[in-house]
Amino acid sequence: MNLRRDVFQALADPTRRAILLLLATQSMSAGAIASNFDTARPTVSKHLQILAECELLKQEQSGRELHYHINAQKMKEVADFIEPFRQMWDNRFNKLEAIMKQYKVD
Amino acid sequence: MELKTKISAEDGKQEIRISREFDLPLELLFRAYSEAAIVEQWMGTKVIKLENKNHGSWQFATTDPAGNVHGFHGVIHEFAPNQKITRTFEMENTPFPVQLEFLEFEKLTNDTSKLSMQIVYKSVEDRDRMLALPFAKGLNMAHNRLQEIANHLI
Repeated sequence: MNLRRDVFQALADPTRRAILLLLATQSMSAGAIASNFDTARPTVSKHLQILAECELLKQEQSGRELHYHINAQKMKEVADFIEPFRQMWDNRFNKLEAIMKQYKVD
Repeated sequence: MELKTKISAEDGKQEIRISREFDLPLELLFRAYSEAAIVEQWMGTKVIKLENKNHGSWQFATTDPAGNVHGFHGVIHEFAPNQKITRTFEMENTPFPVQLEFLEFEKLTNDTSKLSMQIVYKSVEDRDRMLALPFAKGLNMAHNRLQEIANHLI
């Protein structure tokens, strides 16, 4: 199995990307994830399964519920994982620099 | 060309290092962090409180495009003008725990300066989630429904 290609295929779907964003903030049960979507629950479950299979998500049994959390380790293997984070800071600092250029040292 | 903003996040560590060289004299770079009216401009936030002193505290409120207000606050552990700020940072009403930030300001030349930030998270997992957030957010730019959640966090 070409795992790398599978990761990109997994990321190509908007619902799966939305699931990753949801789980970037906290781990959640399958039910809680599904409640964020209008899609039928079995469809969401299938998306979760695909994300877990290519290791973008980790599954953990917690009582009767299956909990999901993101696998940052796997995401790092995708090129440019850190780039959006760097870009966010770069934009912020560019703005700071542009604004401060209007000021003069006292 | 070398990137102006650099990020270092070693595997298995609960910290991120961010550095940036500015075409600004050290004094101006520091003012961007110490003067409330200037902080409001570049951070796009409202400064409710900014006590620039040892054992001071700060509080910001940011309104997102949808009109929701998000609070941020922390304490200023150490404040040394034109040298360093050591502070905590916490986003209110999110699952992210408080983080510790060390900011060091450095003069390079009369017209250039450098900021080095070290951000320490509660756990490696918290650090990784923070790194993953802009990545996941970027993937979802078109996805309006969850965009709202991301706006609460960045």
